[in-house]
Amino acid sequence: MRKPRTFIERTIGSLSDGLNFAALADDSARSGGMLQRVDPRVKVAGMLAMIVSVAVTHSLIAIAGMLLIAVFFAVVSQISLLDLARWVWMPVLFFTGCIALPAIFITPGARVYGPITAQGLRTASYLLLRAETAVSLSALLVLSTRWAHILKALRVLRLPVVFVVILGMTYRYLFLILETALDMFESRESRTVGVLEGTDRRRLATATVGVLLSKSYHLSADVHLAMQSRGFRGEVYMLDDFTMRGIDWCWLFLFSAVAMTVVWVGR
Amino acid sequence: MHIPDGYLSPSTCAALYAGSTPFWYVSLQKMNRRLNTQAVPLLSVFAAFSFVIMMFNLPLPGGTTGHAVGVGIASIVLGPWGSILAISVALVIQAIFFGDGGITAIGANCFNMAIVGSLVAYAVYRVIAGRAAIESPRRVVAAAIAGYCAINASAFFAAIEFGIQPMLFHDASGTPLYAPYPLHIAVPAMMIGHLTIAGLAETIVSGGVVAYLQRAEPVLLKTTAPGASMNGDPVGWTGLRPLWIALAVLLILTPLGILAAGAAWGEWVPEDFSTPQARQQIAAASGNQAPPVHVPAGLQKLASVWTAPMPRYAPPILKSAQLGYILSAMVGTGLIVLAFLGGAWIFGRFRS
Repeated sequence: MRKPRTFIERTIGSLSDGLNFAALADDSARSGGMLQRVDPRVKVAGMLAMIVSVAVTHSLIAIAGMLLIAVFFAVVSQISLLDLARWVWMPVLFFTGCIALPAIFITPGARVYGPITAQGLRTASYLLLRAETAVSLSALLVLSTRWAHILKALRVLRLPVVFVVILGMTYRYLFLILETALDMFESRESRTVGVLEGTDRRRLATATVGVLLSKSYHLSADVHLAMQSRGFRGEVYMLDDFTMRGIDWCWLFLFSAVAMTVVWVGR
Repeated sequence: MHIPDGYLSPSTCAALYAGSTPFWYVSLQKMNRRLNTQAVPLLSVFAAFSFVIMMFNLPLPGGTTGHAVGVGIASIVLGPWGSILAISVALVIQAIFFGDGGITAIGANCFNMAIVGSLVAYAVYRVIAGRAAIESPRRVVAAAIAGYCAINASAFFAAIEFGIQPMLFHDASGTPLYAPYPLHIAVPAMMIGHLTIAGLAETIVSGGVVAYLQRAEPVLLKTTAPGASMNGDPVGWTGLRPLWIALAVLLILTPLGILAAGAAWGEWVPEDFSTPQARQQIAAASGNQAPPVHVPAGLQKLASVWTAPMPRYAPPILKSAQLGYILSAMVGTGLIVLAFLGGAWIFGRFRS
């Protein structure tokens, strides 16, 4: 019989998953698929419009159609459907499925089979399909675009440049802190013999968070000094070096048309 | 707690984006003003830290594990405004990059966890911790309760947002278009999990990390503990402000003693024994026992040894008894403070 995983092993698993997904996203964004070649600003605006259209529409068919379109985009962009299933569809199915399932029975309405009501089935379908479709579209954006380009493209949404810079720096240092946490847990795991008592486990976890907090604080001071030594005086600038090509305008039109159709069908 | 896409209507999402925007703006302004060039790296690294903390599996009593948001500890170390920004940035990256929480629901998630959570955590922590010393166990308790209250306040707001969806957004057949459960189901369903497992996880992280920082890096707790003393750190004049105010009130109230009738028993001067009115007061204060006819020899002899510059709290230069009392009190307390400062200075030089 397999021994249940300790909290250290579970945390190592969570942290490793985060790093693995980041590696997958980076590899996928660098491959030469169809979406990868589209201007990042068009993708950000287009995916956002499609996600909003999924939230606005009141048609299950339209939402299901959008999910199929997302699958099509994934295939033509060389994004593995297995990866999508593992990282996106299954977790959402499990999480939202658990939440949506009771609604099938307890939503008041016309009974179709036993305690199951037609309204319950519809509302559960809305919830599940909307969640799956929206997360598929956002995954398409991340898996087809490098993070640095997504950040630059966020400027089209008129986000303050300082906010975009903080997002970019956060993403960069996130992996450093993730790896630090991973190293701390792995070293602790390798030194642990036997089973830790509950109190010791909690003390270990909080001390690890505390050490990480302390390291983060000192890291931010070091980064600040490094930025100042390079001339940072509080103003942030960003180079907007994207250029729209004819094909990008076509993609923008396509994304907009799909979004508007979904809204129109489910108006 | 991370609300995915499809659970909230677009209008709810828009309202919560609009509600969050002023908080983001004010937070950014305040952090820039306070930290200037340090704001960007500090917020970035702390947002990354918050992100990683959300991935930790924390061991809870009973053998289970839970995730914390880290909003309690972020509010305590960074203050409420820094925490709002750091947690918001972590939530934005979670939503866009890892699909944890919806993109349309970023405003809602930031409002619930970053804004409500940070403000509640900060308020609870400050109220309970008061001016306790940095190393005080009271700060650990305050942090633990702050984390617990913050996560539950956030969950409550999320539950309200879920619960109003079927009421406001349904089709002609009554089918809820978004989150399907009304308030009487959504609120208990959300709160049971957060009052127990998630609340406990946040409590352990907030209280445990503050206890750790008290030992290892107490300076990180100073931001949200104005006036609190640290080991080896003199309290300073501003930290004693309440005591100074109390002392000033007492000085002003010193003339109250004049209202008391008669003379204080035993505080007699030689002249009192020769004054009929004073003799009557001495007798009244001594159970109607008449004082000696002549001044006691010892009293007469010793009374002339030292003549006070302000006898009976009545400086000769002042006609008003009340002002005399107040001036005497000020001079007296001033001399005591000076004596202690002098003693501390000598002791400090001797020790160094």
